[in-house]
Amino acid sequence: MRAKPVKLRRRTFLGAGISAVATGCLISCARATAAGEWRFFTAEEARTVDAICEQLIPADRDPGAKQAGVVNYIDIQLTKAFRKHRAAYRKGLADVDSTSRAKFSRRFPDLSGEQQGEVLKALEENSKGFFELILTHTRQGFYGDPRHGGNRKMVSWKMLGLPYPPVRGRQHYDEPKAG
Amino acid sequence: MALKHVNAVIVGAGAGGGVVAKELSTAGLSAVLLERGKWYSAADCRKDDLYNQRTQALGAKFGPDDERHPRVLVDDKGRETIVVSSDGGYSNNAACVGGGTFSYGAQAWRYMEKDFRMRSTYGALEGSTLEDWPIGYDDLEPFYEKAEWEMGVSGDDANNVFKAPRRKSLPMPPLPQSREHQMLQPAALRLGLHPFDIPMLRNTVPYNGRRSCMRCRWCVGFACEVDARTGTHNTVIPAALASGNCELRTDCMAKEILLDARGRAKGVAYFDARNRLQEQTSDLVVVCGGAIESARLLLNSRNGFYPDGLGNRYGWVGRNLHAHTYPAAVGLFDYDTYDDLGPGASIAICDYNHGNPGLAGGGMLANEFIRLPYQFMAQVPPWVPRWGQPHKDFVRQAYKRTVVIMGPVQEMPVFDARVQVDPKVRDFWGIPVARLSGGRHPHTIEIARFLAGKAEAWLKEAGATRVWRRIPAATLSGGQHQAGTCRMGNDPKTSVVNRDCQLHDVDNVYVIDASVHVTNGGFNPALTILANAYRASENLLKSWKGSKATS
Repeated sequence: MRAKPVKLRRRTFLGAGISAVATGCLISCARATAAGEWRFFTAEEARTVDAICEQLIPADRDPGAKQAGVVNYIDIQLTKAFRKHRAAYRKGLADVDSTSRAKFSRRFPDLSGEQQGEVLKALEENSKGFFELILTHTRQGFYGDPRHGGNRKMVSWKMLGLPYPPVRGRQHYDEPKAG
Repeated sequence: MALKHVNAVIVGAGAGGGVVAKELSTAGLSAVLLERGKWYSAADCRKDDLYNQRTQALGAKFGPDDERHPRVLVDDKGRETIVVSSDGGYSNNAACVGGGTFSYGAQAWRYMEKDFRMRSTYGALEGSTLEDWPIGYDDLEPFYEKAEWEMGVSGDDANNVFKAPRRKSLPMPPLPQSREHQMLQPAALRLGLHPFDIPMLRNTVPYNGRRSCMRCRWCVGFACEVDARTGTHNTVIPAALASGNCELRTDCMAKEILLDARGRAKGVAYFDARNRLQEQTSDLVVVCGGAIESARLLLNSRNGFYPDGLGNRYGWVGRNLHAHTYPAAVGLFDYDTYDDLGPGASIAICDYNHGNPGLAGGGMLANEFIRLPYQFMAQVPPWVPRWGQPHKDFVRQAYKRTVVIMGPVQEMPVFDARVQVDPKVRDFWGIPVARLSGGRHPHTIEIARFLAGKAEAWLKEAGATRVWRRIPAATLSGGQHQAGTCRMGNDPKTSVVNRDCQLHDVDNVYVIDASVHVTNGGFNPALTILANAYRASENLLKSWKGSKATS
């Protein structure tokens, strides 16, 4: 009779450990639920956002917004903190699409990089509100904490040479100054 | 069931309320400390650079929450907007146990002698209600010292030749110098300035049973992971609770101050953690909600005696809302200046607080706190394209090569910069919300331009290859340093509380927070709020004639 509760406790403990690991994974691996499935965006909208963000922060010798998963950050936040911006995104993306078609007869993601830049410059002038919104969100998704779905594999922090994660409890008192 | 009557209800567990709770309860008075937020701990340092008190991209981590606490903001054209806590213009100050002191940068400044005599020093200024405090530096000095030693302040202001006299030095030494400090100190000396180590409510050696700062990059805006940063949440509030005379009730939103048939306060009505309306009766009510919420509570406490709100007979409650205007200069260097050592801010000068030709005051200048990558976006200069390859190139190249110098301009109070209660908009509990309107005095901006120029000169002397300035707009000033809305004064017609922080109108209601500041110094206000709370508590206890819980 004495052994049983001990066993149960152990199982409970193990179970808690597993669910904690699972939660951790859910947070760090947060991205579109499956290929082509988004929380807020349609597949076409997500493709457009991905292309816009990549223009705002392009890949060069370091990854850009696309590789950092910025579209994923924005999509997740549009179901949480950015709920109030949903209408702005719906309309803003439709505007980008119609501008692209009017100018180049194709959808935004299918334009050349140069053409995309031109559409975005027009957006910056004519649709200031939405442009500022997506620029701000792109910066957050690229430079911000990976736990929110962007900055995948901490690409921007690596680019800036910022060591992460920090060593807990480090003390600098007796260390000689670096450099 | 009625709640047990207590000697004092204290509304707000921030800088002011925490000290009052400790002073009253350890003197034997029974107290209830109401806080609308929660009690966070060191374990709440999530190191989340998008969700904290400094960067509120995804919300204000330590409250108030966006859902239940709207405000109305009126712009200079009279347009009204409903704003939530994480919006610009809301003038957020943390709503939690410790208030702003839970997640602030912890600079612990004494104001200077002239900061209490701004009107006598500079004369009247058109469009401003610039005035002297009814108390002077000498009245506050012993309590500055008490705050410094009881709570624990580190730093070294021996080289600050401009400081007001102090009887006792600081109890803890400053942190070792960061790279920025090592660059800026000799440059300041070459310019003939007087640089010194910023005093901070931060343990640099073990003090009061808590350990020392580990110099991480998650400082201002975050919970301190090692509990080395000092606020009321880890000093006076635990002491108040340990006295056995103080009960802390979190998640409790004050609705109004209750008045008896003679027009004196008899307690506070509040919504408890389960949103039930409660009435806590008391002999005294001490309002410590911060400049906006304290004014709101008084204005929402109205009856036949006080149709326009408690203490508001002459219409001064909510007036003169001001805080600090922060001009800045950012310098770009051609070598790395970033050494990944927090807290960042470490070196300051007080050469430009007073005595600037043609200007009514000034402010101290100091290096800025350590910048996380997303925060760095605000430092990118205006000539860099805002997106695309050039922007990314600049961030990559300059992130570790910039130094920011900024400082809080002592603002010229404006009568029409004010808190009212909105006639229509109500919060989650149905309480009329704060309605904010007005702007800054043009002279405040003039001083800001002057200080930005001095910051620029300092950076250039330190070797910056390019420098750019940031001057704030003249919109309403509030935020974490909010002050002025329940002015302290001797004349009931032009102030709200007397020099003991007691309402002119009702002798058992006190306001003890930055609301009572007549002017707000050219410094971060926390230590002054703490010191004044010690002072006001002592005077309150001297005049206390009622019964005590444990006497």
